[in-house]
Amino acid sequence: MIDSASIPQDKETQQLEQTWGSPPGFFAWFTWVNQKNIGMRFIVTGFVFFILGVVLALLMRIQLAVPENNFMDPETYNQVFSMHGITMMFLFAVPVMEGIAVYIIPLMLGTRDMTFPRLNAFGYYIYLIAGVMMYAALFLKIAPDAGWFSYPPLAGAAFSPGLGLDFYTTVITFMEISALVAAIELIATIFKCKVPGMSLNRMPIFVWSILVMSFMIVFALPPLVIASLMLALDRMAGMHFFTAASGDPVLWQHLFWFFGHPEVYIIFIPALGMISSIIITFTQRPIFGYIPIVLSIVAIGFIGFGLWVHHMFTAGLPQLGSNFFTASSAMIAIPSGVQIFCWIATLWGSKPKLDTPLLHVLGFFLIFIIGGLSGVMVASVPFDLQAHDTYFVVAHFHYVLVGGAVFPLLGGLYYWYPKFTGRMMSERLGKAAFWITFAGFNLTFFPMHKLGLDGMPRRVYTYIDGLGWNEANLFISISSVVLAIGFMLTLLNVLISLRRGIIAKDNPWNADTLEWATSSPPPSYNFRHIRTVDSRYPLWSGTGGLEQNPVVTGIRSDRREILLTSILESQPESRQPLPGPSPWPFWLAVAVAITFAGMMIHLAIPLLGFLLCFVAIAGWVWPKQVEAAK
Amino acid sequence: MSLPWRKKLNFSMAFHCQLPITVFLALPAHANQSALQPAGPLAAAIANLFWGMMIGGGLILTAVLAMLTIGLLKARRTAKPRHLTFIQSRNLVIISGVVIPSIILTVFVVSSAAVNRDIVAPMPKNALTVKVTGHQWWWEVNYLDTEGKYIARTANEIRIPVGKPVRISLESSDVIHSFWIPKLNGKTDMIPGKTNLTWVQADKPGSYRGQCTEFCGKQHAKMAFVVDAVPEEEFETWLRQQGQPAREPMTEKEAQGKQVFLGSSCVMCHAIRGTSALASVAPDLTHIGSRKTLAAGSMENMPGTLASWILSPQSFKPGSHMPATALTGEDLGNLVEYLLSLE
Repeated sequence: MIDSASIPQDKETQQLEQTWGSPPGFFAWFTWVNQKNIGMRFIVTGFVFFILGVVLALLMRIQLAVPENNFMDPETYNQVFSMHGITMMFLFAVPVMEGIAVYIIPLMLGTRDMTFPRLNAFGYYIYLIAGVMMYAALFLKIAPDAGWFSYPPLAGAAFSPGLGLDFYTTVITFMEISALVAAIELIATIFKCKVPGMSLNRMPIFVWSILVMSFMIVFALPPLVIASLMLALDRMAGMHFFTAASGDPVLWQHLFWFFGHPEVYIIFIPALGMISSIIITFTQRPIFGYIPIVLSIVAIGFIGFGLWVHHMFTAGLPQLGSNFFTASSAMIAIPSGVQIFCWIATLWGSKPKLDTPLLHVLGFFLIFIIGGLSGVMVASVPFDLQAHDTYFVVAHFHYVLVGGAVFPLLGGLYYWYPKFTGRMMSERLGKAAFWITFAGFNLTFFPMHKLGLDGMPRRVYTYIDGLGWNEANLFISISSVVLAIGFMLTLLNVLISLRRGIIAKDNPWNADTLEWATSSPPPSYNFRHIRTVDSRYPLWSGTGGLEQNPVVTGIRSDRREILLTSILESQPESRQPLPGPSPWPFWLAVAVAITFAGMMIHLAIPLLGFLLCFVAIAGWVWPKQVEAAK
Repeated sequence: MSLPWRKKLNFSMAFHCQLPITVFLALPAHANQSALQPAGPLAAAIANLFWGMMIGGGLILTAVLAMLTIGLLKARRTAKPRHLTFIQSRNLVIISGVVIPSIILTVFVVSSAAVNRDIVAPMPKNALTVKVTGHQWWWEVNYLDTEGKYIARTANEIRIPVGKPVRISLESSDVIHSFWIPKLNGKTDMIPGKTNLTWVQADKPGSYRGQCTEFCGKQHAKMAFVVDAVPEEEFETWLRQQGQPAREPMTEKEAQGKQVFLGSSCVMCHAIRGTSALASVAPDLTHIGSRKTLAAGSMENMPGTLASWILSPQSFKPGSHMPATALTGEDLGNLVEYLLSLE
């Protein structure tokens, strides 16, 4: 295969660059809509919030290092642990997964952009504004302090009268618009923008995982949006949806966990796709069990909606129903098991090169299996009655989320970094970072299982001496520093390699998917020639690989245009012009933020907000003379 | 029960200063609250289930990691990869990924449901009922007879007869709390507007610590209680005594202490049955002298700690609903003397 850097710049290349390039300048920055720009913003912003979340976790570990510590008062601690959860679940995990999807998916599909580029930009600004507002609240010490789950009545106006929970209800409500628009856009892009020849059964597994994630977002987030809006109205307009007097506090728990449990899989499923991509590339062979793996991912997507009650086993619900949820929670182990053994079958005897991305996948195996097994344990009603809301559960879900999502994500970061930046990350530093992170993680979270069984509840700002928890807590606090150092080394690697990394070839890992068929980093138009695809592993198929395949012609290069294809067979259907840079997505995001956050100040402000939204939408869809002339 | 050493303490010196001396609760060795050291049949059944799952899970983890390692090392000495054939891979996935997990999970679901059935089995009709109401951040405890009539009230301490099942009826007056005594049984939430039931049984006499396990606000961490399992006769005597109104002051100091209590803001929230103080916002103090701990299991109940607590609750339990009460050293000494005499 020829490196695209060696292709001479022809006239069409220049025109494509002119058409698709993002305009320079500070103010123009707010008009960018290119999928790679937006994807990278999601990824960078997501990791910034991850660092903040880690800092909050370290603050908690300082407080809990010794009994009766006075490092933080209970008010601060409660804000810190609430913001740690909100950050990791809402501001880091989902956006960063979406960011990688927004960046990689169009490249994997062989298209030039996503279906709704301006919507994409809008989603990013919503997310950014929401995140900044939450952290502004934290720095002003008025952050939410009732946990990321904010159970009423504690989260209601009577017991949390301050602004903190108002931030939670209003910001969470509109922040989820970001995830929803990204999901809708990913679904539309995956269904309609696959390159000709990439029928559904040839789609890379990573694309399948993003498709399932997006559908889960579409079904899981509306209950949260509605519930947090109801809670906002409870607090601000005295609606009594969730008060004990005339509403039902347990209703919130149902709505929240009907979102909250699928949320875990929304985070975890893209990671599964990353693992499959990395395993295929590093074993240099087609994956065993493409169809079972895809069906497993789809099955997890469905079963993930039938487990939410296992967060509520202690709430005094009828027992027969609870046992049903034990069974459904256990059932999810089967599609997970199928995937794990498909990966083992693929890895078996394959002499993989143990580079950093694959190391993270191997780390995933140990950590995620432990998390999965402890997950089956807490799915048992009687055991959960002991383990629920203790450090055992803290250990469990960190094993699942850090092992199941963050390790593959870091693997994916090392894997796609050359595509993102055009440079390789340092292998030596990467391996050191991996082992320190891996050791730090296990040393931090494994003892928490024991601590939970010894009776230490979650979400306590301190504990008294003499309960036998002191040594474990001190050990965990020290280990958490090791874990943080591991993360810091990866961050350092990212920053150093940006300047000093070895220049990456187009396809440094000899991978199979289309994102590696263009330069690193990709040009603004993604592909100079869009080549049709005739297998699941387009870059490996045939003798000459992709270069032998016919090129898609007839797509204009003097305006932003993509090819739409049919869902199943990926037959070309039509050309679709796409909108270019615009400041209006930014202004609409501002207007939406005013609409929702304005509720905190006065219930009339949303009315003004609606007006502003109307203006912004009008500006967004206002036809331009240039476009009309064309 | 009299504790003469208490009377030897000289209060006036220590408590003229408004800031309390920091006295932390030093817990006896039995105070650990490990779910894996059960002291009753329910917690024991769950602990057994845990060990079963732990062993099973350990075997599964070892087996999967062993397969992964063997697979990765398979071709380490050969120049070419040694892949599994399609049939071998298929069998690996079907047997290890579907068949074996299905069998294990079926065993798991059935054994979990069996343990669950024992835990929720209906209680004997004549069992003692203790109604526990969660408050931010303490526990109100009411003893009811078989017809549901009130017998006695206390706070943050539950005494139960050894070897007998006790029905616990759980309510909340404000936010959601969760009632948990790890050595006796799993937890059950206390949800405002609802009544949840659970039960406990202790097989050995002893003191078992419990703690709130649903996040309930600022002092969630310091919302603990103690369950004392005692022989049945001792329990009956205790219960009768707890149902009585407070004993009258015996000494001059105690009488003055009572006047301090009735004349201060204490009566806005606390009750001492047999006096004019009948408020029910805060723990009932009728027999506070017989309790082991203060501030919902967060400090030992001794003259020094009680005095510090009255003077400055916020420095021990910031955010607690109890305001500081400014008293002179003498008044404080008398008040503490009186309160601790209420056994």
